[in-house]
Amino acid sequence: MIKIQKQDWEKGLEKLKSGYELFGPVVDKDAWEFRKLEPDQLPVLGMANTRLSAKSTVFPQSQVMFRYSLEPSKEDSGGMQAEGLDVKPRAVLGIRPCDAASFQLVKKNFDNREYPDPYWVKPFEQTTFIGFACDQPLQTCFCTSVGGGPYGEAGLDLLFSENGDHFIAKALTEKGDILAKAAGWQTEGDAAELEAKRVAAEKKISTTVATDRIKTSSVLDLFNAPFWEEIAFACLNCGTCTFSCPTCWCFDIQDEVKGTEGKRMRNWDSCMFPLFTLEGSGHNPRPKKEQRVRQRFMHKLKYYPDKYGSDVQCVGCGRCIQLCPVNIDIRQVCESMNNL
Amino acid sequence: MVTTTVEKIRELSAQLLKDKKVDMVIGFQKGSLPMSNEPVMVKRPADVDKLVWDSHCSVNLASYLTDRKEKIGVIAKGCDTRNIATHIIENKISREQLTIIGVPCSGMIDRRKVMNAVGFEIKELIEESDRVIAKGDDAEKRFNKAEILQENCAVCSHPNPVLFDELVSDPVEVKEGIDRYADVREIEAMETDAKWAYFEDLLSNCIRCYACRNACPLCYCPTCFVDESEPQWVGKSSDAVDTRTFHFLRAYHCAGRCTDCGSCERVCPMGIKMRAFTRKLEKDCLESFNWQAGLNIEQRPPLDSFNPADPDQFVK
Repeated sequence: MIKIQKQDWEKGLEKLKSGYELFGPVVDKDAWEFRKLEPDQLPVLGMANTRLSAKSTVFPQSQVMFRYSLEPSKEDSGGMQAEGLDVKPRAVLGIRPCDAASFQLVKKNFDNREYPDPYWVKPFEQTTFIGFACDQPLQTCFCTSVGGGPYGEAGLDLLFSENGDHFIAKALTEKGDILAKAAGWQTEGDAAELEAKRVAAEKKISTTVATDRIKTSSVLDLFNAPFWEEIAFACLNCGTCTFSCPTCWCFDIQDEVKGTEGKRMRNWDSCMFPLFTLEGSGHNPRPKKEQRVRQRFMHKLKYYPDKYGSDVQCVGCGRCIQLCPVNIDIRQVCESMNNL
Repeated sequence: MVTTTVEKIRELSAQLLKDKKVDMVIGFQKGSLPMSNEPVMVKRPADVDKLVWDSHCSVNLASYLTDRKEKIGVIAKGCDTRNIATHIIENKISREQLTIIGVPCSGMIDRRKVMNAVGFEIKELIEESDRVIAKGDDAEKRFNKAEILQENCAVCSHPNPVLFDELVSDPVEVKEGIDRYADVREIEAMETDAKWAYFEDLLSNCIRCYACRNACPLCYCPTCFVDESEPQWVGKSSDAVDTRTFHFLRAYHCAGRCTDCGSCERVCPMGIKMRAFTRKLEKDCLESFNWQAGLNIEQRPPLDSFNPADPDQFVK
């Protein structure tokens, strides 16, 4: 357990800059977003959560995978130059426990035995996650219902809790120890202090969902349930829920070519978009909005647990609830699915 | 008065469903968050109690009519009815299919404006005619509704339904002396570089979720130009040039058709004020053609019709 005075926090960040690229929440227009910090920028702590999730620190919205040139004059003409794989150590500061836990869920997809994805795995392995516990959960936070909590430790290397003029922090992994040492955060702290804050925070969670019966229900019964038409009616099929969701990982690969030069890009894609399942033949297995909406919730709450034998693919951050323009609420969908 | 409006909406909807004059009524049901309602489709008379009406019924319900085949009752405020008129003209729904329950509108509240103006999480928003109370756990803040209206509602010139079968309340007074284009003129007056920087900044945090496009009743192309890949008109990444192209071209596609219902800004998760573009074009259509979209179903918009009396010489 470590105690860090607030002025030592800033001093520590300065020290870290020599060994780590720093990422953290910063003000962007009227919200907060995770960004790579500018040289003199400090992460903003104490906001509820960033508008979009922290997934962009490891999995940016648009990324060049490789470039090529067919210009005979160019030295590497005819070859493909990979990008984004030479990743320096980085520290993601001020990440909430829900967002940190999400990386563990997403890792199952990208860091798998058959086809590990270096574009995701490299930045992930190079990242030390410094979490910032929640003392004021929002009315839409249901992390405790999905295996997490405002003081959850999954996916974190360090967990900080703000307490007046100082932070009380816990190193959870070797990476966390190394970073704390590099920052000079070595003062002994009181474990009971953190524990008391955890208990207080968990009492403030005001919304819960039950997903236990979804796990044991038959996938076809859920798929053919009568409530999908009603749930899907309001949906605009925009990408807001998928883009703000920390556990959504779908992407599209596209080449952008201009004359003899080009680059292969990976961009976030969304199962909400009609184009998502459009095949080269022109056939679309999910042409109707209702099918796409059903697919999203089934993926999150049923297919993922079935495939990986685990809990649902949701960390209860509540962003989809806050940002959905037509107020489709995953908690209500869980209820419908759980009470089938 | 809010209560009477809701009761009338439910009464009319129940009757239409009982008499089988419609297969469904499309309106709003109460949302799970303060200041949020969810568009809903009611098919049984017993379910009409789901329908609500308050200052958070902003999303344009005309978008939910596009290409439907059923007989539909739709709860529509002024801007919604103008988009319904446009839909009828553009063959996206027929007049005969619709029973329009018109609701004279005194404006919708800008949820984001309220959230940004208070320093606490809002647990409840209480409306008392033109006063609003935002309540948190241990704090509250009061507003005049006029201070927190959506920006399009603050300059609305058509709050009353233009096309309807029933009207649930008395028409509201149209505000006098509204200047719809003060901010557009400000942008028009900027130097080129300043204007470009303004647009760059406006669109800098667009995530290409297409909520604006999808919420817009006018955007119903089977394949949107940004989704076309043969040829690929617009790149799919978050590249700033591609993002600007999307917004500028979408605005042009809406020129002469946009009613400024504000749904685009309402649904944007990033708070982008992209109405700057559509309103510039709306102003141009008004000044060039004396045209306002969707006021009746008899006139075709100027940009999709030809009249021998058109002043331009190049077509003659």
